[in-house]
Amino acid sequence: MPEDVRTRSYPVGIAGVALGELERSVPDDEAPPLPPNARLNAIGRSTPRLNGPAKVTGRATFTVDVKLPGMLHARMLRSAHPHARILSIDTRAAERQPGVRAVHVIEHPLGRANEIPSPGEPDAAHRRVRYVGDPIAALAAVTPQAAQAALERIVVDYQPLPFVIDLEDARQSDAPRVFDRPVRTEFFLGPAPQLPQHGNVHGPDTSASRGDAAAGLRAAELVVEGEFRTQVQTHCCLEPHALVADWRRDGLTVYISTQFTAGIRAELAEAYGLPLNRVRVVVDAMGGGFGSKSRIGNYVLAAVELSRKAGAPVRLALDRREEQIDSGNRPSTVQRIRLGARRDGTLTGVAIEAYGSAGVALGASVGNFAQSIYECADFALEQSDVFTHAGPGCAMRAPGNVPGAFAYEQVIDELAERLGLDPITLRERIDPSPLRREQRRCGAERFGWSRRQPPGSSPGTLKRGLGMAQSHWPALIQINSSCEVRILRDGSVEVRSSVQDIGTGITTVLAQVVAEELGLTPQAIAVHIGDTDFPAGPPSYGSRTTASITPPARNAAYRALRLLMQVVAPSLGATAEGLIARGGRIGTADGSRSITFREAAAQLRNDQISAVASRSDDYGGFGRRMGDAAIGRMGLGGVQFAEVTVDTETGRVHVERVVAVHDCGRPMNPRQIESQVHGGILQGISYALFEERILDRHTGQMLNPNLEQYKILRARETPAIEVHVLENYQGNSATDAYGIAEPSIIATAPAVANAVYNAIGVRLRVLPMSPAAVLTALGRVPSRSAPP
Amino acid sequence: MLDKTPSDGPDAAQRPEADTVGPYAVPITLRVNGMTHTLSITPETTLAQALREQLDLTGTKIACDRGACSACTVWLDGAPVCSCMVLAIDVGAREVTTIEGLAAGEALHPVQAAFIEHDAIQCGFCTPGLIMSCVALLRRNPRPGEDEVRTAISGHLCRCGTYPHVLSAVLAAARAAES
Ligand code: FES
Ligand code: FES
Repeated sequence: MPEDVRTRSYPVGIAGVALGELERSVPDDEAPPLPPNARLNAIGRSTPRLNGPAKVTGRATFTVDVKLPGMLHARMLRSAHPHARILSIDTRAAERQPGVRAVHVIEHPLGRANEIPSPGEPDAAHRRVRYVGDPIAALAAVTPQAAQAALERIVVDYQPLPFVIDLEDARQSDAPRVFDRPVRTEFFLGPAPQLPQHGNVHGPDTSASRGDAAAGLRAAELVVEGEFRTQVQTHCCLEPHALVADWRRDGLTVYISTQFTAGIRAELAEAYGLPLNRVRVVVDAMGGGFGSKSRIGNYVLAAVELSRKAGAPVRLALDRREEQIDSGNRPSTVQRIRLGARRDGTLTGVAIEAYGSAGVALGASVGNFAQSIYECADFALEQSDVFTHAGPGCAMRAPGNVPGAFAYEQVIDELAERLGLDPITLRERIDPSPLRREQRRCGAERFGWSRRQPPGSSPGTLKRGLGMAQSHWPALIQINSSCEVRILRDGSVEVRSSVQDIGTGITTVLAQVVAEELGLTPQAIAVHIGDTDFPAGPPSYGSRTTASITPPARNAAYRALRLLMQVVAPSLGATAEGLIARGGRIGTADGSRSITFREAAAQLRNDQISAVASRSDDYGGFGRRMGDAAIGRMGLGGVQFAEVTVDTETGRVHVERVVAVHDCGRPMNPRQIESQVHGGILQGISYALFEERILDRHTGQMLNPNLEQYKILRARETPAIEVHVLENYQGNSATDAYGIAEPSIIATAPAVANAVYNAIGVRLRVLPMSPAAVLTALGRVPSRSAPP
Repeated sequence: MLDKTPSDGPDAAQRPEADTVGPYAVPITLRVNGMTHTLSITPETTLAQALREQLDLTGTKIACDRGACSACTVWLDGAPVCSCMVLAIDVGAREVTTIEGLAAGEALHPVQAAFIEHDAIQCGFCTPGLIMSCVALLRRNPRPGEDEVRTAISGHLCRCGTYPHVLSAVLAAARAAES
């Protein structure tokens, strides 16, 4: 039976540029269309973070702060060899150590490519470790010191095997193999066809190709080529990966620093064969994830297993070295790009050959950037993973698109120069996005793009350059996202969902959304999230949280309010349909009769009324649907401009100023959006100039597994940043809001690289653009033999 | 858990040298946020561990445990230090101030309020340490320029990238104190 639908008119377009209206047929129980932000009271305002007071006073409880009575402390034993067969493990001495309560040997590690099992193989009897830091065992003791001391008593008999660390070495047919058998391909967005595997090379995946790129390149009047190399970056969340696992007879409770409480619950339930109603996952304050805290890992299962064995809660927190070697990373890439164009700039053909290494995992992709951003019918992308004996990569803020944009946006810049076009003029011709058109216009004006001089023309030794680049990221939505709103008899209001606030500010945004609907202030709303006892919310990855959870939050508030209005309508001598909630009162639309929200709630027959809503489909439909997730019809954009100085004596690049123009649908909280864009830009600059995981190819050891030799941007390297956010309405959901985390990092490294080129007239195609790389490019020092 | 001193340890008097401490727990006195605490710690216990694990003052965070990120910043006699680099037994009579000791009751310190107002917070894990350094800066230099604020926080790592809002928060708090 079709749902009741109603035709309603929604604002569409960019506020201040061209705002129109669009008719949409939407289900009858959806909250009515919201006007643009200028006419709202709570949404679109920079409400200060509701959890700000807890965070500035030290009261906020992070997972590492959770302490349960009788809690034990766990540590993990990790491989010191990059590749070895484990002949035996003897834990008896460790078990006898004072204070030790449980020991667990890891037999089937997670978080890496999965070999398709072939029973009867001789190797099956012995586990192999495949990187330095590969977890082998874990134990729990009464103090962290006792656990560490006992760990050293576990005796492991290794048979060392040949290994390969270097990406180029690993591609050779005679290189030591990371996996002997083919591995299964699993992709972020669902199953992929099985790919060929030769030696350590898995791929190529050509599924993004379309048309005939070779013919397109032959038809070109001009071909631009380049080879680009990007390094491995580590997440470096300030709060380590940590959990407290509490296994009890009646169920398992896990306090964990995670980006996805509901996902962790589902994975744990599956791993232990427990029903969902016996697993509870909780996170309060969360100290950063950036993609690395999305799923269960070996440390999670180890802590749960130890808690089950010991009959006591177990805390396991990785130390900084473990964070650096075994908590995920952004894989390296090598990208060879050939791009053909006509004299007017039209792209006739693009061919990209890419490979990279996520260590023992898959996922060294260049994302969907090049295939999505500019029009070109004849496009070929061949990408392969190269296995190495290194810690597994995983998603990191805009996976694929960050290295992909670094390369592609430089090639586009080079094409513009060869055609004698301004980089913006070329993009006007090949970029179909109306949003980025406005973003380029707005950004160029605020940045002062017209000051840009020809490449390398800056005088003196300190050379100044201006550059720009663009961002593209799909609008992801978690359809499986629910939220409850409760109105209590004393007039107070609660929002409940398992969605977690990892620092993005969704707590505050949820309060704003519900406050808007109920005519209250955000401060009056209690937001209870980060607990799977509440309706299952979305993950905080893929920039999908706001788009997924704010529409159900608003719909739940709307439905709960309808119920309240039905209760109070008789006392106001009106019908429920004739009532509105505004300024803390409920009354007739003409304002003649009203009572306070509190007085209205006091009329409730029970202690509370409640409504639960789940994410509806986008009103205009989705572009694509994949299980619990979907992709919106319109992508998220962004344009960034960077001004740099390059010291040609020392090779130091300094970013002085960045102007960033972005869109995220209806902006919910401008200052929080600005904070996230700052984060994207600063992580992008840090990736462009400083960060690099360095592995010793002779031992497989990470040489900078800390926070001082693994260099990250700090306050001294922070440029002046201006953020402008367009208000872009599409009439797609009850809030029409989207995320910003990932779009904000994609354009940064290429904007800096294009600015460096503009300053010195030499293109840097290798990351990081360290002083050594700059001096090498300038011919001031001899080049390093081969990049790691 | 450290307060559970192993009972099989020898007394100080039975030790080979009277001025040798450890490896067993020793009693110490710590003055923290105006209160005096007596606790029993093993000698290798850092101030950060003692605050977090024994006194439940978990506002002080540990992110690197080797002096590279400043997340663990507290004051010793008013001067900011990395508490992961100070042994608890070496604190002696010095007064320890932690993030929990900054607000006067429910009233936030003006720098704490400015951090909220300017949204100088994302995940918040680096925030207590940053605030301790910023308040210490304003105590020794009530009118810092932007460059002086950058210098004061140059040892701090904020992976979320709050630096621009931290700079504006501290400069605004300094201006507000002046007027
Ligand atoms: S935890 Fe002390 S400086 Fe990093
Ligand atoms: S706010 Fe997350 S590390 Fe600073």
